[in-house]
Amino acid sequence: MPTMNMLQAINNALDIAMAEDEKVICFGEDVGVFGGVFRATSHLQDKYGKARCFNTPLVEQGIIGFANGLAAQGSVPVAEIQFADYIFPAFDQIVNETAKFRYRSGDLFNVGGLTIRTPYGGGISGGLYHSQSPEAYFTHTPGLKVVVPRNPYQAKGLLLAAIRDPDPVLFLEPKRLYRAAVGDVPEEDYQLPIGEAEIVKDGSDITLVGWGAQMEVIGKAAELAEEQGISCEVIDLRSLLPWDEDTVAESVFKTGRLIVSHEAPLTGGFAGEIAATIQERCFLYLESPIARVTGLDTPFPLVLEKEYLPDHLKIFEAIRESVNF
Amino acid sequence: MTQYVHQPAFLTGDEFSIDTFSLLDPEGELYEGASEPALERDHARRLYQAMLATRILDERMLAAQRQGRLSFYMQCTGEEAAVVGATAALNDADMIMAQYREQGALMYRGFTIDEFMNQLFGNELDYGKGRQMPIHYGSRKLHYMTISSPLATQIPQATGYAYGQKLAGDGHCTLTFFGEGAASEGDFHAALNMASVHQVPVIFFCRNNGYAISTPAIEQFAADGIAPRAFGYHMHVIRVDGNDALAVFEATTQARKIAVEKNQPVLIEAMSYRLAAHSSSDDPSGYRSKDEEEIWRAKDPLLRLKKWLVKKGWWSEEEEAAQQESLRKEVLDTLKRAEKRSPPPLESLISDVYADVTPALQRQLDQLKRHIRRYPDAYPKGAKSLDLDVDTATDAQGDA
Repeated sequence: MPTMNMLQAINNALDIAMAEDEKVICFGEDVGVFGGVFRATSHLQDKYGKARCFNTPLVEQGIIGFANGLAAQGSVPVAEIQFADYIFPAFDQIVNETAKFRYRSGDLFNVGGLTIRTPYGGGISGGLYHSQSPEAYFTHTPGLKVVVPRNPYQAKGLLLAAIRDPDPVLFLEPKRLYRAAVGDVPEEDYQLPIGEAEIVKDGSDITLVGWGAQMEVIGKAAELAEEQGISCEVIDLRSLLPWDEDTVAESVFKTGRLIVSHEAPLTGGFAGEIAATIQERCFLYLESPIARVTGLDTPFPLVLEKEYLPDHLKIFEAIRESVNF
Repeated sequence: MTQYVHQPAFLTGDEFSIDTFSLLDPEGELYEGASEPALERDHARRLYQAMLATRILDERMLAAQRQGRLSFYMQCTGEEAAVVGATAALNDADMIMAQYREQGALMYRGFTIDEFMNQLFGNELDYGKGRQMPIHYGSRKLHYMTISSPLATQIPQATGYAYGQKLAGDGHCTLTFFGEGAASEGDFHAALNMASVHQVPVIFFCRNNGYAISTPAIEQFAADGIAPRAFGYHMHVIRVDGNDALAVFEATTQARKIAVEKNQPVLIEAMSYRLAAHSSSDDPSGYRSKDEEEIWRAKDPLLRLKKWLVKKGWWSEEEEAAQQESLRKEVLDTLKRAEKRSPPPLESLISDVYADVTPALQRQLDQLKRHIRRYPDAYPKGAKSLDLDVDTATDAQGDA
């Protein structure tokens, strides 16, 4: 099995999708001959031509507006927004148009073929405008699916699933892992299910939930806790909308404790949604309050990035507090 | 090629005033030097009849709104020539992405009065399943994209849709309607730039009707209308008399040729006037004079085309009277039928959010059903589609 980094896995998934279906079209800022600023679309223009892989003008609302129309026509657009921090000019097109196309037309028209790919998250010394995790804005929008891979294997399988999904998918790529995460990725075509969490590690004392780049950090925290004799169950949500309530609830029935961690700010973050749902479903099983370990309620900083981010030590401390509550 | 000059010279755009293309004068006579477009008798009659039917539907439905039978309505009145004239120049399988008051396009393509009514009342037969306000029509069969309220969002979508048509190589184009107010939105600029850069067969059709709700054109843009913006995008453009159906038809016919044969976008600016209020919730007497409206009433696009048709012997006052009478009756009859029909079933609350209903949505609906069974009188529309006689035990057990 070949080894790939996350960018190579994404590129490989796009290649497979474009080879299989000529309706798949990749575009965005610099994605053409240059292959995207991170090179996720490298060589696709060479292979599939300028009509199917091309640069757009620098206009996010135009990229998604164009993609909505193209998807409604029956094509399968994979639109790249260069950084998730710059998705907001396209916010109206995503939340009012992409998300509501099928519903408002009574299924006469839909944009189910659309996938929006965008690099997100911190840890790259990117400062305010190259580090944000905007997932919660979109999980509040019925009609969208929001998917986040944590490693190259997941990235390929989930992206292929997203492109072929009958609903529009916002695919958030943890850019810190683009080159840092390397692993075995099958060459052949495969898909991973959207809407299903994965239990990364079984455990019995506490459940740790996260997604994307945060999974690596959670894994490290779990190792520290295990050294103290605390058994952690680690769950990668993979899909935030819809999210797999059952898998998390089942785990909490067993462990009685839950910590959710994400890079985005605390207030209004997706961890709040998980905490509320799980306390409804597992109230009598909880041994301690559900804890959230997240970024601060500030814009993302530059120099004090390490202090801002929820790391393995902060999660480890939260585990200890929960277990000793 | 860059040409250097050695004294500063600023340009303002005043150098490029754009003329207005017009064929028929208000008396329905061809202007001197104008030639008739290639419009057959039956085609011309279809065009006019759709304009007339739109006017009558609008009159009746505004009255119905005033009687409290309908929550909201928007008229096409004054702009029928622009909308129907443009539609008549398209292939019926070309996609139309409209803004909201372009029901004339649907009328031309054969959307039935029943279909209009079902949407206006949001009943069980509404294609949109009662989810949107009145006038948000859509028809896949007639290649008319379902209307969306946010302004101008359909313009870049039209660029994308037309790009797909170009790749499909089916010889079709997309026409998108919007007002001069919508042309202020970022979506408009995004759409024109992308269409021009990517050589897309799309027609941007601006209905310049003088007002964006209460904001007059003079407070909407500083330039000579919307048309000059095409220069900045290196795009074909024509300004046309929007009250002259023949001129609109001819301009759009030629625009379509450019779009599908050269794969290039075209901007059309139709100069017209919104004779009616913005919507049934608006009162134009608060921001414009009756005198101004009268000036435009004299330029009524229906009258102008009718005079031309009558002179050609293609239409008569008798036919006009007969069509008016039969349409008024049809509108009233269908209105009564549509308002009596059932609302969409409760399940339609959660369908079409996704291709398949998610477990979370199903749980939410089940919970709602249990609640409505307990208080059916408080939710008459929802209760109507629940079979309240069935044993509620299974449902009441819930899904804890």
